[in-house]
Amino acid sequence: MAHEHKLEIFRGLLKFKSNTSKIWGVLVFLTIVTIIEVALGIFKPEMLMGKVLGMKMLNWIFIILTIVKAYYITWDFMHMRDETKALRRMVVWTAIFLICYLIFILLQEGGYIEGVYSSEYVKRDF
Amino acid sequence: MDTTVANTGTEGKTWGGGNQPLKASYGKMMMWFFIVSDALTFSGFLAAYGFSRFKFIGEWPIADEVFTHFPFLHGVEAPMYYVAFMTFVLIMSSVTMVLAVDAGHHMNKSKVTFYMFLTIIGGLIFVGSQAWEWNTFIKGEYGAVQTKGGNILQFGEYIDVDGEQKFKRVAVADFATVQHGERTQHERKTGLWFVEEGALPAYTMAEVSAGLEAHPNVLVRTQIINEEGEKTVLSREESIRQIKENGQLYVQGANLHVNEYGTSLFADFFFFITGFHGFHVFSGVVINIIIFFNVILGTYEKRKNYEMVEKVGLYWHFVDLVWVFVFTFFYLV
Repeated sequence: MAHEHKLEIFRGLLKFKSNTSKIWGVLVFLTIVTIIEVALGIFKPEMLMGKVLGMKMLNWIFIILTIVKAYYITWDFMHMRDETKALRRMVVWTAIFLICYLIFILLQEGGYIEGVYSSEYVKRDF
Repeated sequence: MDTTVANTGTEGKTWGGGNQPLKASYGKMMMWFFIVSDALTFSGFLAAYGFSRFKFIGEWPIADEVFTHFPFLHGVEAPMYYVAFMTFVLIMSSVTMVLAVDAGHHMNKSKVTFYMFLTIIGGLIFVGSQAWEWNTFIKGEYGAVQTKGGNILQFGEYIDVDGEQKFKRVAVADFATVQHGERTQHERKTGLWFVEEGALPAYTMAEVSAGLEAHPNVLVRTQIINEEGEKTVLSREESIRQIKENGQLYVQGANLHVNEYGTSLFADFFFFITGFHGFHVFSGVVINIIIFFNVILGTYEKRKNYEMVEKVGLYWHFVDLVWVFVFTFFYLV
């Protein structure tokens, strides 16, 4: 069993002395991200309500922060950082490719049906 | 023997056989591949949620107005705090799990035991919190009226908060006029024995509309989201007209047919996705308990490695990972 861990996060910006202290460091980071998300969700700053690429800026921030959290959970808690490149790519890229495809297909279709309801002669709302 | 065994010329290379190119054991790799497939299942559910939401983009319930409760704080609007607490509990139990894995690498039995125990406690707190969340969601608070077309009409009034007119929800129970009715729930013993009927709604439509007319400050709010990102509030005349002409059924709380929060699909997806996730947490706790007892019995001490703890840890972290996404798409976005 490989016992050696890569002990740096943020591309080497932060290097920990032991695996245990890295775990606590990642916890602190994840907690900060969650607090930012909750604070934004409660206060909903007016300046982030503008639309960027068809969705509110605030929602983009939420999604990006979620992916950041997912990255650190996978890389540090699940030790993906210490696995070989081949295993990592097998797991991560397969999932990312299929999930992106799924999201594209379903959201595209959902948006289309919404368009039919709101602008054409199909009435559902009364 | 040279005639039967083919020399491929790849001996000694990474994929030439006889070694472990991925430097991971069979069990760990299979856990990873299971996680990939389970991740696809969950993304299928979440994408389906996104589909329905995009389909009803102009009238989907606003999560902040649905999940406003916190245990022991009645009547206080506290959106997000409870679910943030649940997220923190799950992340925290992920941390104790990874600490158990780390202690396992150092063959430290007592530490593994301790951290596994904390992980199980964290998982139980999470499942319990989810049960509370479901309970509040199913019970509901204000009640609403469903129209013939399946839309939801909610009630509220404008009140003065620091010189600003704010819309505040009013419970139907607070304004409906109770009338004497002849209609009772049909039971098999009182009529046709082969016909059953569910419990009758707490108020009839006549009671709701009489109550609405008697309280001049109460207005109806529709599902439609206006340009300010809030639900549309109707005028007084329009409110009465909507209830009289289109109102069909009083609903309180949520089930798989109707819910007082808005589009019925919202409750369906809530039950299905958080339920499926909660089931994962529950089975994770059960697996953790099994491993916990194995640790105590010294199974892994005899095996001279704690890889089993690492494998179940992968599953536990995955459950946390899924919750991070459920949290974003149900409560934040």
